[in-house]
Amino acid sequence: MSAPAVSRLTRLFLDAGRPLLMPYAVGGYPDPGSCLEILRIYREGGADLIEIGIPFSDPLADGPVIQGASQAALRRGVRPVDVLDVAATAAGEGARVVLLSYLNTILAFGPERFFERCGEGGVLGVVVPDLPVEEAAGLQTAARARNVDVILLAAPTSTDARLARIAAAASGFIYCVSTTGVTGARASLRADLPEFVARIRRHTDLPLAVGFGVSTPEQAEEVTGFADGVIIGSALVDVVARNERLEEALAEIGRILYRVRRMPSLSK
Amino acid sequence: MTLPQRFGPYGGRYVPETLVAALEELEAAYETYRDDPGFVSELRTLQTDYAGRPTPLFLARRLSEQVGCRTYLKREDLAHTGAHKINNTLGQILLAVRMGKKRIIAETGAGQHGVATATVAALFGLECHVYMGEEDIRRQELNVFRMRLLGAEVLPVSSGSGTLKDATNEAIRDWVANVETTHYIIGSVVGPAPYPTLVRDFQAVIGRETREQVLAKEGRLPDGLVACVGAGSNAIGMFHEFLEDPAVRLIGVEAAGLGLDSGKHGASLARGTAGILHGSFSYVLQDVDGQIQEAHSVAAGLDYPSVGPEHSYLKDLGRVEYTSATDAEALDAFQTLCRLEGIIPALESAHALAYLLRGGAGAHGFSTEDVVVVNLSGRGDKDVYSVAAALGARP
Repeated sequence: MSAPAVSRLTRLFLDAGRPLLMPYAVGGYPDPGSCLEILRIYREGGADLIEIGIPFSDPLADGPVIQGASQAALRRGVRPVDVLDVAATAAGEGARVVLLSYLNTILAFGPERFFERCGEGGVLGVVVPDLPVEEAAGLQTAARARNVDVILLAAPTSTDARLARIAAAASGFIYCVSTTGVTGARASLRADLPEFVARIRRHTDLPLAVGFGVSTPEQAEEVTGFADGVIIGSALVDVVARNERLEEALAEIGRILYRVRRMPSLSK
Repeated sequence: MTLPQRFGPYGGRYVPETLVAALEELEAAYETYRDDPGFVSELRTLQTDYAGRPTPLFLARRLSEQVGCRTYLKREDLAHTGAHKINNTLGQILLAVRMGKKRIIAETGAGQHGVATATVAALFGLECHVYMGEEDIRRQELNVFRMRLLGAEVLPVSSGSGTLKDATNEAIRDWVANVETTHYIIGSVVGPAPYPTLVRDFQAVIGRETREQVLAKEGRLPDGLVACVGAGSNAIGMFHEFLEDPAVRLIGVEAAGLGLDSGKHGASLARGTAGILHGSFSYVLQDVDGQIQEAHSVAAGLDYPSVGPEHSYLKDLGRVEYTSATDAEALDAFQTLCRLEGIIPALESAHALAYLLRGGAGAHGFSTEDVVVVNLSGRGDKDVYSVAAALGARP
């Protein structure tokens, strides 16, 4: 079976005609029911695509906020299968969903079965932050059979040779890591970020989404000046962590997304 | 690339993309310098004049009587800083200097690797940050103080279980953020390629010396080599030189903690399943969802829920026999060696001794004239407080 020339995920970017707003949530955090409400607020707040992370015990690429939320979810007994259910429910309600999963979670689940569940649940793609392009082929075969994209990442430290290789193997979109560092808010973005994104652009026509360290509406606006999508993660997860009452968290998330949505490049 | 990325199916490089360039840089540096005469001679001089190599091979007569075969101890406990860890940190600091890195980071469990790293960073005048779990900081106060004396900053890690696994996560996160200026000296034969190969090569000096020393003393190769296996660097260092000698039995002893069925142990090879931790595919203690479980051992250096990928491969090949010893057996062996030979072993190394002492040589297929070498990977001064606590005594 060969891959469609343009995947559903890529089509989403092409059809939007403007950069996509892509908020991230830790799946099942603070609990599966509340998580679904957070995802609804994301969608009402104008999310074009929602990224849902599967909590993992050892999240190497994540900073303290997402680590803390992941551990809290695990302590409550949230399992990968619960997050797949949350994702399927959100997709059933009309959200466009990608998952973020560390590789060990997928291996333990069984890649075939994992992507089968993704496909059935309407998940469009899976970001695997510890999967370098050299190791991606096996997962991509399993994913493609279910019409799901494995999203590859590019980093500012990636050489041009590696960017070419990533671009050649990628599908859906390319996740451009905005910083050398883990997820979490930064006071400012790297000065060479536009140059980095331009460097990837020379190797591919795929959409380029920027994440890691983007927290404010102003940063989102800056990023969408040169990228096709912006991922906001820790800043939103932190709202849930800081507010004991879910209603307050939901209201604050709504206010943040409203401000982001009103930035010029995202409100076209 | 001439360095292997994998050992059979194990190993690989499962890390965030940000780190791949640094791993390629390290690999290239190692390929350039591993046979470079200047590098080799500087390392050899430091091993001799600074670290005190070769370490002695000691025929432990009273222990031999009790065990029932000719039992030698490879005295890595006599190396500078008190353990085999210095072999690796000396090699890696020379690479870091040649790569122009200004800052060194490391993870540590018991603190032995942290001390060995702080030591070489002081020797070369580099800034040094060591990540250590809060729980381990409590257990290993003495080593924390040693690192600080040596000019290193010890950074407490509270995430997860606050032990070696979490300190390693935090060191990797630091490296992702500071990769352009920093070299990460990983402490064992784990992590993404090329670390398992590089650390093994720097530790292989243990086995090379052992071969020469046994040949000189006995006129033949040993019948068996025994080493403890946490993540596995002292064992690989001992075994590597003998992998092609099928008559030499290689025996790795994991931490059975409170018992293999107690759920509180560090026996990744005995009870783990294949998975990914810290960038490498290997046997891992994990639940059905792939969440990494906490390891347990009375020896902090064996308290790690995975093992070097080469060990996983050697297990599958059947070349190395992997077995285990409990906390209680290790504590007994610790005291036995103190009294029989006047040597206080590290609790880690005591696991290797415990295997031989359990039932004696005959129980393990060795006869009285057989020659067995135990890798005494470290000294036990650091452990006297834990031993006292475990025995309910006051030191």
